[in-house]
Amino acid sequence: MEIFLQQVVSGLATGGIYGSVALALVMIYQATDVVNFAQGEMAMFSTYLAWSMLNAGVPYWAAFFATLAVAFVCGVVIERVVIRPVENAPVLTIVIVCIGLLVILNSVAGWIYSYIQKPFPSPFPEKPITIGNIFFGAHDLGALGVTLLVLLLLYVFFRYTTLGLAMRAAAQNPVSSRLCGIRVGWMLALGWGLAALVGAVAGLMIAPIVFLDPTMMSGILIYAFASATLGGFTSPGGAVLGGLLVGVIENLVGTYVKFIGTELKLTVALAMIPVVLLVRPSGLFGRVAVHRV
Amino acid sequence: MTRRTIVALALVAALGPLLFAGPAGAQWPGVTPTEIKIGNTNPYSGPASAYGTIGKALTAYFKKVNDEGGINGRKINFVTLDDGYSPPKTVEMVRRLVEQDQVAFVFQTLGTPTNSAIHKYLNEQKVPHLFVATGATKWGDPRNFPWTMGWQPTYQTEGHIYAQYVLKNVPNPKIGILYQNDDYGKDYVKGLKDGLGEAGRKLIVLEQSYEVTDPTIDSQIVNLKNSGANVFYNVTIPKFAVQAIKKSHDIGWKPLHLLNNVSASVDVVLKPAGLEASRDLITALYLKDPTDPQWKNDQGMKDWLAFMQKYYPEGNTKDAFNVYAYTVAQGLVHVLKQCGNDLSRENVMRQAANIKNLSLPLLLPGIKVNTGPTDFYPIEQEQLARFDGERWALFGEVHDAGKK
Amino acid sequence: MSRGQGWRRAIVLVAIAIACALPFLLSNFRLFQFTQVFIYAIALLGLNILTGFNGQISLGHGAFYALGAYTTAIMIDRWSVPYGWTIPVAGLLCLTAGFLFGIPALRLEGLYLALATFALALAVPQILKYFEHWTGGSQGIVLSKPGAPLGLTLSPDQWLYFVTLGVLILLFVLGANLLRGRTGRAIVAIRDNPIAAQAMGVNGALYKSLTFGVSAAYTGVAGALSALAIAFVAPDAFNVFLSITFLVGIVIGGLASISGAIFGGLFVQFVPNWAQEISKAAPWAIYGIFLIVFMYAMPRGIVGALRLAGARLARFRG
Repeated sequence: MEIFLQQVVSGLATGGIYGSVALALVMIYQATDVVNFAQGEMAMFSTYLAWSMLNAGVPYWAAFFATLAVAFVCGVVIERVVIRPVENAPVLTIVIVCIGLLVILNSVAGWIYSYIQKPFPSPFPEKPITIGNIFFGAHDLGALGVTLLVLLLLYVFFRYTTLGLAMRAAAQNPVSSRLCGIRVGWMLALGWGLAALVGAVAGLMIAPIVFLDPTMMSGILIYAFASATLGGFTSPGGAVLGGLLVGVIENLVGTYVKFIGTELKLTVALAMIPVVLLVRPSGLFGRVAVHRV
Repeated sequence: MTRRTIVALALVAALGPLLFAGPAGAQWPGVTPTEIKIGNTNPYSGPASAYGTIGKALTAYFKKVNDEGGINGRKINFVTLDDGYSPPKTVEMVRRLVEQDQVAFVFQTLGTPTNSAIHKYLNEQKVPHLFVATGATKWGDPRNFPWTMGWQPTYQTEGHIYAQYVLKNVPNPKIGILYQNDDYGKDYVKGLKDGLGEAGRKLIVLEQSYEVTDPTIDSQIVNLKNSGANVFYNVTIPKFAVQAIKKSHDIGWKPLHLLNNVSASVDVVLKPAGLEASRDLITALYLKDPTDPQWKNDQGMKDWLAFMQKYYPEGNTKDAFNVYAYTVAQGLVHVLKQCGNDLSRENVMRQAANIKNLSLPLLLPGIKVNTGPTDFYPIEQEQLARFDGERWALFGEVHDAGKK
Repeated sequence: MSRGQGWRRAIVLVAIAIACALPFLLSNFRLFQFTQVFIYAIALLGLNILTGFNGQISLGHGAFYALGAYTTAIMIDRWSVPYGWTIPVAGLLCLTAGFLFGIPALRLEGLYLALATFALALAVPQILKYFEHWTGGSQGIVLSKPGAPLGLTLSPDQWLYFVTLGVLILLFVLGANLLRGRTGRAIVAIRDNPIAAQAMGVNGALYKSLTFGVSAAYTGVAGALSALAIAFVAPDAFNVFLSITFLVGIVIGGLASISGAIFGGLFVQFVPNWAQEISKAAPWAIYGIFLIVFMYAMPRGIVGALRLAGARLARFRG
């Protein structure tokens, strides 16, 4: 029983990481209909900027919020400058541009900061919390808490503020929104900015666990895709929940299903995707898109 | 003679040199009186890019050699290409180096699958494939692959040493293994298993693997603790080694912790994991760790730091890969000097297989480089060390895999 | 035959003639690179049939490429099958695998299909390592490059070049016939307006699965050829980046175009090398910039841009 609980707890911890990146992915998708392959690298780059600030002596929370601000601005700028020229191109063209962005960010980060991993501080205490015989990493709990807080703030923003409403309208029906006076272009840019901000938070929470290096996010991006697919790309809450599920199931299968063991852990996580999609093609919590003939 | 024959002969005379001569002044492939061209591939991009610093450090070292006059009057032209750790790319780049750039030989190509891809080709083309940057065991096979030579102690050798240590010093060993699911990890595990022997193999209670793309290995550590293992064989790269050390400490698991050499850096691994948490870790070493305070006043280390500052300032002086690169480059320079004025590929290979008791400044005291016509493993010695909270304290004898 | 078609046929014949002459003009190394270009072109045509013509986005074609490559490697290494036979076997195996994969894929739309196939691509290296007994695990399988058959004084590189070229021409001609005929129209109709197509009597499910199968077969054949050309297979060579490279190739070359596959192959093979020449420090950053600039200048790929230029020229002429 004890090992079961411990694996679940570990799974929730890693799942929280997947979920936070999945959240950023879903946000951009909801706002712009584009799956941003560069999401992970943007988060990684933001985290490096934070590292530079911390290295220069800036205190943690100042660097944290400064990074969020910078990430937000960069997200907006990227959408306006890099994505805008191909806004009306076929969707795959935009995907290639995102891939180009991914490759550039990765390469430049490696060039500036080198590929050797760097430790990254956590705002949460070092000592693990023990309940019975189960160990909870304080940082894991803290990171999960931060992710849920971000989710809550986003929910409040989109549901109860005018700006949030305008953004949702721009994503769902750009033509009508323009007629209502909403500047759709800027709404898209805002969407990217917010997603970049969420990604930066994810990066700052992940780096203390997996250590900062240019390839930090590539593995996680994979799991984030799995989580978002599982939860449904149209549901932010679903994305986070999907992440938690992926984390837990992966751990449990690795522990209990002996013939798979750890050698196929990743495969199991990935196999969940097509299996779930076959049963619920839009993900567990996604909205089924109804096409009018 | 007909007019046609005269014209034909004239054409041959005019074009012949173009068709049949090599590059101007070439005495042997890649060698002119003023230059030796050396080829290399390294992963400067992709998942293994952390190893790319080796290529950069090598380039810096050869620049130093050139600044100091070169070797027997020849400057080294070190051509290094990115293969992204992808075997098909390695094949393409190495073919380019051999067939287009006409290098004298190929040196320190990195990675096991990548080297496997060019292994046969280089031997068929009779191009020296020297001092490959991988710890796999298959490179020391002069009978079947006379042009390929390894450099560092193999992962299997290291695994052997740990196995012997466990059998001798642990009364009731129950061994748990965490390994990376690729050739590097599996080779280490094989070394341990072979060292334990048939009977010893039963002492392994649990094996857990992970992929490089996994974010954490917490789950595996939990399982290992739960298996009741009192010996932990940790075959992970630095990123995961830190997690393994930290997590074991956090969940209160205190086995005899054997850490593979790849992750033995004090600054990159032990410090972030916690110096107290890393106490009593055991590893096998053959190079001096640049972050280990015991070498602070060592002349060899001081020279290395000076080299890094002058020739590779953007390189990390805490990164053991840069010590590795410096040492292997020195090994090559020794071989080239030994060649004298005969830099044919055959002679380069002959001299590489003729290194006797070479001492290099950053090898641990007592460890020497040795090769022979049937011994294509240049470094076969390692020494165990225990971390005392501050440094790797060497203990015991220098183990020599060469003497079975 | 219209003037346009006459021109097109002439260009194709000239291109084939040049391709046949290259082995006697270029070094073995360059031939090796061009063989790679052809291999990519075959794989890209495969992916294009599915994604460009039929609208099913696949980010997992690296899996079929790997399947083809390992089929060849295992057949040669374990069972000493002559290499010639391994190519059609790889194709058939992938045809079946693709068709079987295509059936559940019917339930998935656009993005979700892309992600499901992405998952497939990601799982490939791990699966290959797991079945160590067959695949040789992380060590991979080493092969010998096939030599020219008796009588022909060609180097292995030249021979393999011709074999690949021959397979390329065959598959491209077959593909063109398929896509320009009724089947092709049905496939495209399913992409553009699946409901209308269904109403017109096109069996959407059957065509989509078949298309998946054919697409996988092409890519599998490319994989088989690559195993021969590189003479080595290992799980690391078939990671997710390969599938992404395929996607890049078809978009750059031009979706829903046959000749686009060749342009895509050229891009994917040579541009990373050029990027390395330009910048040692951050070559992939240069590659990324190339990608983005290409997409700005030619959002519909090279062939798209050529068609646009051709249309403008025609209008200009008058």
